[in-house]
Amino acid sequence: MNLRSDLGRVRGLGSAKSGSHHWMHQRLSAIALIPLALWFVTSLMSHMGDSHGELVDWISSPFVTVLLLALVTSAFYHAKLGLQVVIEDYVHAEMSKMALLVAMKLAVAFGALLGVVAILKISFGMA
Amino acid sequence: MADNPLSPHLQVYRPQLTSVLSITHRGTGVFLSLGTIVMLYWLVSASLGPDAYASMQQCLSSMPIQIVLAGWVFAFYFHLLNGVRHLFWDSGRGFELSTAYKSGYAVMAGALLMSALTWGCVISQGGAA
Repeated sequence: MNLRSDLGRVRGLGSAKSGSHHWMHQRLSAIALIPLALWFVTSLMSHMGDSHGELVDWISSPFVTVLLLALVTSAFYHAKLGLQVVIEDYVHAEMSKMALLVAMKLAVAFGALLGVVAILKISFGMA
Repeated sequence: MADNPLSPHLQVYRPQLTSVLSITHRGTGVFLSLGTIVMLYWLVSASLGPDAYASMQQCLSSMPIQIVLAGWVFAFYFHLLNGVRHLFWDSGRGFELSTAYKSGYAVMAGALLMSALTWGCVISQGGAA
């Protein structure tokens, strides 16, 4: 006979623990990306023909540096949250699901770091 | 897990605007995630110096890459506008079937219009990158 209550058996197993955190952060990063991504795409269009020096000058401005850092970090975070749900929904074999999730998270973290370092290198005049 | 019957069986449903836009939101999300590789290529090349930057510009201006970038522009506007549609749903608004169809058509029209404007702007400046 199992003396544990129904509540005791399910506690900590499901989305009541941290599911809302994922949901909320997906929305927060989405809201942050609306102005950031629109700014990025319109800026790209006006800097398309830039020489290397002109592009470096533009990125070196503190506001542009910070906006680019905000864009890169929130874009990779938003991508990580979205890709995680896609993998969890469509990959049903436990081992391949775990392997894909780990590979995806490491790749996204690597990409975000690479982007941040490249922006800072340009911004600090080392490009 | 793999032996359990899975439902719904998507292949027996007729595609509708609502379901097609829903899966397109996911598809464009995955495609845009892959597009971050191009963004990194652009940033890292610029950080490596004028020579790397010049060869990046050369590489991105090739026709096949330009076509992928044009697709990326549409995916971007679609995911942006449909994401705003999702945020409205999150606030509990816009769930009536007729409203869901209207907002769906608005997202498609808006994404095509904004993509066309962007493509036109890029072509008039003589190509991207």
